[in-house]
Amino acid sequence: MTEWFHPAVIFILGAFLVPFLRGKAQQGYIVLLPVLAIFAVFRMTAGDYWTYSFLGNQLVFGHVDKLSIVFAWVFTIAALIGMVYALHITDSGQHVAAFLYIGGSLGVTFAGDYFTLFVFWELMAFASAFLVFASRNSKAMAAGYRYLLVHIFGGVCLLGGIILHVIDTGSIGVGVLPKDGSLAFYLILVGVILNAAVPPLHAWLTDAYPEGTVTGSVFMSAFTTKTAVYVLVRTFPGTELLVWMGTIMALYGVVYAVLENDCRRLLAYHIISQVGYMVAGVGIGTELSLNGSVSHAFAHILYKGLLFMGAGAVIQMTGKRKLTELGGLYKTMPITLFLYMIGGFAISAFPLFSGFVTKSMVVSGAAYDHRPAVALLLTMASAGTFLHTGLKLPYYMFFGKDSGIRAKEPPLNMLIGMGMAAFLCVGIGVLPGPLYKLLPFVAEYHPYTGQHVTSALGILLFTGLGFFMLLKKLDPEPTISVDTDWFYRKGAKVFMWFANKPLAAYEEYLTNIYNRWFSAGFLKSADFFSGIFDRHVVDGLVNGVAAFFMNLSGVVRRAQTGLVRSYAFVMLVGSVALIAFYLFAYSK
Amino acid sequence: MIKKLVDYFGSSENTKQKNRLGYIALALVVVADFWVQISSYLEAKHAVHAEHAEHATHHVTYIWDKIPGWGAFYGFVSCVVIILVSKFIGHQGGIMKKEDYYD
Repeated sequence: MTEWFHPAVIFILGAFLVPFLRGKAQQGYIVLLPVLAIFAVFRMTAGDYWTYSFLGNQLVFGHVDKLSIVFAWVFTIAALIGMVYALHITDSGQHVAAFLYIGGSLGVTFAGDYFTLFVFWELMAFASAFLVFASRNSKAMAAGYRYLLVHIFGGVCLLGGIILHVIDTGSIGVGVLPKDGSLAFYLILVGVILNAAVPPLHAWLTDAYPEGTVTGSVFMSAFTTKTAVYVLVRTFPGTELLVWMGTIMALYGVVYAVLENDCRRLLAYHIISQVGYMVAGVGIGTELSLNGSVSHAFAHILYKGLLFMGAGAVIQMTGKRKLTELGGLYKTMPITLFLYMIGGFAISAFPLFSGFVTKSMVVSGAAYDHRPAVALLLTMASAGTFLHTGLKLPYYMFFGKDSGIRAKEPPLNMLIGMGMAAFLCVGIGVLPGPLYKLLPFVAEYHPYTGQHVTSALGILLFTGLGFFMLLKKLDPEPTISVDTDWFYRKGAKVFMWFANKPLAAYEEYLTNIYNRWFSAGFLKSADFFSGIFDRHVVDGLVNGVAAFFMNLSGVVRRAQTGLVRSYAFVMLVGSVALIAFYLFAYSK
Repeated sequence: MIKKLVDYFGSSENTKQKNRLGYIALALVVVADFWVQISSYLEAKHAVHAEHAEHATHHVTYIWDKIPGWGAFYGFVSCVVIILVSKFIGHQGGIMKKEDYYD
């Protein structure tokens, strides 16, 4: 116990004290926890800690090696930055949810067996959904509900895969899965890439993140997809399918970002694009490309957090989120703009910013592995990244047509949070050495060669030229874009209307009974379940999964109090109690 | 200082100066790329002469890695392609809908 302390425990148990503290004491406390966690990570050395035997299996809570340590570093740092940014929030529930979410993500990072991994995986899904619900409007409620249901679906795939894997191999240890094309392999893959937001399983991200609270979405942008990237590096290195999924993903996010009008949804599409590089890096599977994926995840968490903080600051101060309604904010929010631009340069991979020393590693990984098409397409996507996050979004938000809004700078703590992230974005770009030393694999790489620098600058500056030449074409339009969430938001409804008139009548009957948002949420979920049921009846196992879903929805329906807050709380308490029980009751 | 910098880029007064700065930056980048490419070409030639072939073949290089100004060309083309293709898909492919589509 003395030689290693699980940072997830700091967050998960620490979360329970938050509601009992007020004012300055609470503020000090929510910053103290991440600092303690960073210290715990700082003291860590490789090894297996906190192992318990449970029903004849070995549960490992602390599988520590270079790969888990590097992710633990960035997760705890992101926790600190996010908490500083959220210091002014007095809604304790949000802090509790954020801590449980971060704890879940660290729990996955150090899980040495699949069961532990799964429990923390689910904790993340439930805790993060609360960060969406906390916006407390009907749109956020519906989006959060869809978010939760999609993640429950992914979780069930993951659990099904894990169970099959354990039956096949008799081992629950987390490690590289055999590429045998078995059902277990594909079920686990689906469960994990759903969380990594690989299309077509990505729509939950762009649906929910823009609806989260200003501070909650900052946390969400950091943890879910990058925890999934961590698990991919751990279990699926060298899976050929992922190379192409990742490459398509990188471009997919860029295409949708052109069409997007909501500022945080635009950034969310760029999460998908950036995670595409990481997924492709995992698929290529060489030491260099895996290091690229890991380091890019590290840099990405910091600059994407910064971008979400910048957009969040604008939303908080103006109350507006659409690019068509914003503009001219540079006059009154220069510091926000300045810090946002550092994030913009970092994600665009400008030399001397963090993205440059990490993204180029993935692209070089593809080139050295004789995949010129992948390298070229990823380079194209990076032009698109600068185009949107570095040019389009700041142009229409801060410059462009003056909207007449004269919003002030956000509170100091928000600026400090952004400043911390900005400092690291520049620091990593200027001195990549310390980050490279943390990387798990042995592969020498030098980002600052003359050729790298000039060709990267050429790509970026001429993208800028293209932007200003085609500026008229890029004017944001007041529309929303249909994505794969159409299938469970609209498709199922259309199908039901044609197929089941009685059900439609039942729908109306329900609507009359329940209040407005309650029934809307439920019918949407019912649509979703029937959609899943219909698409997957082919397989016996999936049949069972669907039946489980139907039962679950039946049970949940009866247990409904109608207050999302209350049942989200019950679920959180339950899962936390379970983890605490395992930790302390079975301690050797 | 930040405020001054931001105001400089935001105001519509010194457009001419800003444009000129932009063009100079573009030109500088292309010139620098030519310079780097030519010097690395000479270096590689020298390395082969000195029978340090191992050094020269250490990295995989593609034809475009040797074209001076490739980055500039590819960046510009990528930008134009991304904008035009995306807007085409969005408008003609029925992706973009009215804001109340799901309500």
